[in-house]
Amino acid sequence: MVDNEIAILLARIQFAFTVSFHFLFPAFSIGLASYLAVLEGLWLKTGNGVYANLYRYWLKIFAIVFAMGVVSGIVMSYQFGTNWSVFSDKAGPVIGPLMAYEVLTAFFLEAGFLGVMLFGINKVGRKLHFVATLAVAIGTFISAFWILSVNSWMQTPVGYAINDVGQYVPAAGWWDIVWNPSFPYRLVHTVLAAYLTTAFAVGAVGAWHLLKDKKNVGARKMFSMAMWMAALVAPTQIFMGDLHGLNTLEHQPVKVMAMEGHYESHPNGAPLILFGIPNSKEKRVDYAIQIPGASSLILKHDMDAPLNGLDVVPDENEPPIGIVFWSFRIMVGLGFAMLAIGMWSLLARARKKLYEWTWLHRGALFMGPSGFIAVLAGWVTTEVGRQPFTIYGLLRTSDSAAPLDAPAVAISLIAFVIVYFVIFGAGIWYIFRLAAKPPEAHESVMDDKPIRTAGITSAPAISNNDLAKGEQG
Amino acid sequence: MNGIDLTIIWAGIIAFSIIIYVIMDGFDLGIGILFPAFKVGDDRDAAMNSIAPVWDGNETWLVLGGGGLLAAFPLAYAIILPALYAPIIAMLLGLVLRGVAFEFRWRDPAHRARWDFAFTAGSVIATFAQGIALGALLQGITVQGRAYAGGWWEWLSPFSILTGFALIAGYALLGCCWLIWKTEGGLQRQCYSYAGRLGILLLFAIMMVSIATPFLEAKYYERWLSYPGIIATAQVPLATFIISFLYFRSLSKKQEAAPFFYALGLFGLSLVGLGISMWPDVIPGRVTIWQAAAPYDSQLFMLIGAGIMVPIILGYTGWAYWVFRGKVGTEGYH
Ligand code: HDD
Ligand code: HEM
Ligand code: HEM
Repeated sequence: MVDNEIAILLARIQFAFTVSFHFLFPAFSIGLASYLAVLEGLWLKTGNGVYANLYRYWLKIFAIVFAMGVVSGIVMSYQFGTNWSVFSDKAGPVIGPLMAYEVLTAFFLEAGFLGVMLFGINKVGRKLHFVATLAVAIGTFISAFWILSVNSWMQTPVGYAINDVGQYVPAAGWWDIVWNPSFPYRLVHTVLAAYLTTAFAVGAVGAWHLLKDKKNVGARKMFSMAMWMAALVAPTQIFMGDLHGLNTLEHQPVKVMAMEGHYESHPNGAPLILFGIPNSKEKRVDYAIQIPGASSLILKHDMDAPLNGLDVVPDENEPPIGIVFWSFRIMVGLGFAMLAIGMWSLLARARKKLYEWTWLHRGALFMGPSGFIAVLAGWVTTEVGRQPFTIYGLLRTSDSAAPLDAPAVAISLIAFVIVYFVIFGAGIWYIFRLAAKPPEAHESVMDDKPIRTAGITSAPAISNNDLAKGEQG
Repeated sequence: MNGIDLTIIWAGIIAFSIIIYVIMDGFDLGIGILFPAFKVGDDRDAAMNSIAPVWDGNETWLVLGGGGLLAAFPLAYAIILPALYAPIIAMLLGLVLRGVAFEFRWRDPAHRARWDFAFTAGSVIATFAQGIALGALLQGITVQGRAYAGGWWEWLSPFSILTGFALIAGYALLGCCWLIWKTEGGLQRQCYSYAGRLGILLLFAIMMVSIATPFLEAKYYERWLSYPGIIATAQVPLATFIISFLYFRSLSKKQEAAPFFYALGLFGLSLVGLGISMWPDVIPGRVTIWQAAAPYDSQLFMLIGAGIMVPIILGYTGWAYWVFRGKVGTEGYH
């Protein structure tokens, strides 16, 4: 390989590595922020101490997740320039303003109210503290909105013109650019994914404590809330995923061919390949287990509808098939496994055995990491499936990179790998340690020290006395 | 151009976010730099607590600076970042280290010393890298067409090392003055005693950088030292002199808030000096703000957002500072 190609390959690995790490945290904090808002809202409404306790319990974990999301996110916003400078120059006029809106409307909101949310429990009144929690939750959503709009524009670019220095510039109004064709689907699918990720993480923690003590009120409450989410959101997500796929078929058919493993066109109905081993050399899927006509049925709602395959696509425009094929199956498989847990919990609930069925608890515990794996698999499908382009159909990845020397990128990549594994490894370890403690009747606030009550402002938002009220008393 | 030149407005907005960033994250990073000097236990906890609720908001101005540059001056973003590759990656990793240390040191008392070290190391690395990046930008970047054309060590020079150290001194001073304002007792006394020495160090650093700058590029020399421009530019050193005097006087009078604001003044003046040197280039001597500008449509769309949002942001940021006003305790709000 020439030096330049090595540099680009390293830059791709570095981008994939850092963004994958980054997304693990937002996927959790988008969901967790909403969960905390719900807990605090319920507490304000019912005065039941169990909600206040759960709030404090998850707040400590949220603080760690959020900090890691922020620092890994700042890395991302600079990587566009350091590693993909040609892309930044060309796409900046379109995507730059959207990212600036993200900073202005989301990041400041989250950061501004985060301090009050985490450390202000004893400084501001209840209502105001709830406002801070809501602001952070809404901020995470707005953040997802803009960054997904950017990503979707790169997948399905519209509303641009090309100026005389080769930049893509806005031409058809910002509304069209923001609401580009794949954006609504990607937004709904990704936010639901964040909720599912959180539901299964919270559910696993609840299940773990139920397995040890079926009477723990906090564990019962969180498990029950998580299982409602699983039962309601998992089927919605599958439905939305199907719509998302239809949208992709319309705008990025090659990606769908890769997801389906369709090396050849099927003029009279394409089979659905459940499993198999894509063999790009021979251009076929080995050991395929397939259902005849089912792919055409899903994608075209007609078993005999013709469906094109990769044979109609020039080789240099194909994404790596194997990665896309497998990551898609991992995501979809996990989606159905989540659905199964959700349904199982409904059954247990109907039989009034939600807190008794230990196999359900074991299942939920086992599925704890499923959301994280599914979101990463989903992003890999999306991002690898659009290769070899960064702006789909317009700008090739190989033409997007910064003019860097390979050793510079290699050293930075090694530094990222070491620092991320050590730092985020430690953070994840601390999260496990916090989650291993059962929710108690008197959860402490952020530090584990006594609270200094000589606050300057009014009564504490959630005082220690409040924790004792209601069920926990 | 519809009468108003949005490019100039955007140059102003980006300069504004960089100034706010330097001031706000400056004192956070400065506390990180001074951290090893504080007594383990209450003093360190108080220093940490004084910034824990606000550091994230402070750092967001850096994201706005970077994001704004990409949006309003994509060409500048695309040339500067690869040119400063090593210092920027180092800065990002430094910010990762210090950002997580806020949380982790509370979560893991057994290894608190280690996270305190990470806090300091991250702060020093990030500061030094920012200073180097600034110096490297001032001394000039090799550009060919629309891309950076130098090697991966071009940023390294005696001048950029000098600006790196200057920034460390400057941030340490800001952090020191912030703690004078926010703490009491032994920690405050300790900071008073450092503030004088750090002030002298910073003034020395400012002087060195000011002496070196005019010799980097003929344009700087002309702008600063030729008649009649010198009548205007001479105001900057003059003001620096006056503010330094006020700064030292406020220290000797043991005022609490004033030293911080005078220190900000010194920083502000250095940045004004920087602006005088660079204007109207984003990449000194190579690319002007107009050459790098994004199209009118992009700038206008963002300006609407910034016009609405920035006042709101300043409003609730001010409120958050208000909630945490007053002296910090060691266990207060963490
Ligand atoms: C705002 C845009 C954006 C967003 C939200 C994401 N990406 Fe991306 N991704 C890119 C913009 C991008 C890119 C800049 O366009 C890259 C760099 C090289 C490339 O081909 O596309 C890319 C490449 C890229 C690759 C390498 C593909 C390859 O080279 O074969 C992977 C695996 C991912 N991304 C994964 C992710 C994940 C897990 C994300 C979840 C957060 C994600 N991306 C979000
Ligand atoms: C390559 C693309 C991305 C970039 C450049 C990026 C950039 C950033 C930055 C700079 C921050 C820190 C903000 C602060 O200072 O508070 C951040 C945090 C965050 N990002 Fe990303 N991000 C990317 C992908 C995503 C995606 C795909 C999502 C969600 C769908 C997302 C959601 C969030 C959220 C919710 C936060 C708040 C912190 C947290 O929750 O952990 N980001 N991101
Ligand atoms: C089981 C049914 C599911 C189907 C049919 C489905 C379908 C899809 C499709 C077709 C894409 C790629 C779209 C494109 O690139 O254009 C995608 C992406 C993605 N999926 Fe799924 N999905 C399912 C379940 C899940 C689950 C359970 C999660 C996570 C909890 C998830 C998370 C994601 C994410 C984060 C992306 C990338 C962002 C995006 O393009 O929306 N998916 N999904």
